[in-house]
Amino acid sequence: MSGTNAGVVVVGGGQAGFSVVQALRGAGYEGPVTVFADEPRLPYQRPPLSKKAHTEPEGPGVDLVPESFYRERDIELRLGEYVAALDTAACAVTTGSGERVPYEHLVLATGARNRPLPVPGAELAGVHALRSLDDALAIGRALTTARDVVVVGGGFIGLELAQVAQAGGARVTVVELADRLLSRAVSPQLEEHLRERHERDGVRILTGTAVERIEGTGGQVHRVATSQGPLPADLVLYGVGAVPRDELAREAGLAVDDGVIVDEQLRSVSDPRVFAVGDCARYPHPHADGLIRLESVQNAIDQGALIGRRIAGGAAGPYESLPWFWSDQGPVKLQIAGLRATTDEVRVVPGDTPERLATYAFRDERLVAVETLNWPAEHLAARRLLQQDPPVSPADLAGSTLGALARARRTKEVRA
Amino acid sequence: MPIVIFELPDGTQRKVTADSGTVLMQAAVSNGVDGIVAECGGNASCATCHVYVDERHGEQVGPPNDVEDEMLDFTAAERRPTSRLSCQVQVSDALDGLVVHIPEEQV
Repeated sequence: MSGTNAGVVVVGGGQAGFSVVQALRGAGYEGPVTVFADEPRLPYQRPPLSKKAHTEPEGPGVDLVPESFYRERDIELRLGEYVAALDTAACAVTTGSGERVPYEHLVLATGARNRPLPVPGAELAGVHALRSLDDALAIGRALTTARDVVVVGGGFIGLELAQVAQAGGARVTVVELADRLLSRAVSPQLEEHLRERHERDGVRILTGTAVERIEGTGGQVHRVATSQGPLPADLVLYGVGAVPRDELAREAGLAVDDGVIVDEQLRSVSDPRVFAVGDCARYPHPHADGLIRLESVQNAIDQGALIGRRIAGGAAGPYESLPWFWSDQGPVKLQIAGLRATTDEVRVVPGDTPERLATYAFRDERLVAVETLNWPAEHLAARRLLQQDPPVSPADLAGSTLGALARARRTKEVRA
Repeated sequence: MPIVIFELPDGTQRKVTADSGTVLMQAAVSNGVDGIVAECGGNASCATCHVYVDERHGEQVGPPNDVEDEMLDFTAAERRPTSRLSCQVQVSDALDGLVVHIPEEQV
């Protein structure tokens, strides 16, 4: 049985797992803390991998913190080790090498893995997906000689990589099965503008187009067959979604449905000693209709920090951070605050310069989500206002931006 | 390498070595300085690495860039004349001995 000093075991060395241990020690937790990170390197930032890290792969700032951070805080970082099984009855995990490690609290921060590309030829040399730093390095090497790049999938990763490849001098075609880019993530109104900007930069975009197979010579990719005809390719990059790594929980008998199902405290609904955070967790959110699972840095950091503080005894209450997200696609900075539903009414707001644009999504006469292009100030104003009471109504924004409204409200607060 | 001093809201100081060529946010994060969240990892996207440059060093560090300037209007803690986003402040040997104050809140 777990003793009181069995401590915390965190499964996963990504942003969410790091956030847990940082918050644990930050909040004064003194018990043992062990992190299992299956990659044999210090936890690192993932956002730069698709945006710039492959051009400066070992450059500063990829590691989240140096090794000394863990040492000084007595955090046992088990790099290159994975957890093979979870025994919730005995409160212990079993590692890949068969070692049993007991826990008092277990945090699943296992993240997500790439959905494979389900077409013939996906195994050819020159076909890459991106998840890890090693993937980014391989793509970086391939980009130094690539001339014709086909990006399969018009999601965030695909579009970020398309811009990187294009900036490197390659001819780039994005092939997307849906009839628009980022179909689940952004409004049709924003997508239209985003697409236009990519095309202006020279990225060719084929929506409503299926990849049928990838063809090679001598094991090396040379062409992609699509429903619109063949495309020459010496490099294929694909990003067609991710699936949560929830099998450890499922095999242990915990409730799982495209992610580990947790309550508003981020505890497994099956076992109060088990938490799940980040990409692998499916949870209730006050702004969502039903359970959601988000793949974002904000979600990983905020959920991890809450659980770290909670275990340390310093936090109570439900998880309700406002979701926000960003994507740098070459010269385009896309930011999203809040959760939009397809039935929301979307208003397009021109920016104060031609590069800028915002969309405001309203539901029942209240602002629920804001998308911006190249307009970080408006994004930040949105994040402030979406968390304020009373909510912002369409009338509040007649002829005004969120930035102006937030400045006015802040001035009023200061005067009051 | 320059030494930078981060002063926390409770008055305690953390003296850290910063690498020239990196940014101030990185020095804080690498050394586990509390109160610099840096959610976006230094992409000028989140405004959670806000600092107040000590008034003695304000001129030396200089003003924010245009986008940073707009973002500083929406930081969690109040904006002051020497507010900067620490991810936008380049570290150089000239900043040796720099003191920056960390605000009460970032998110």
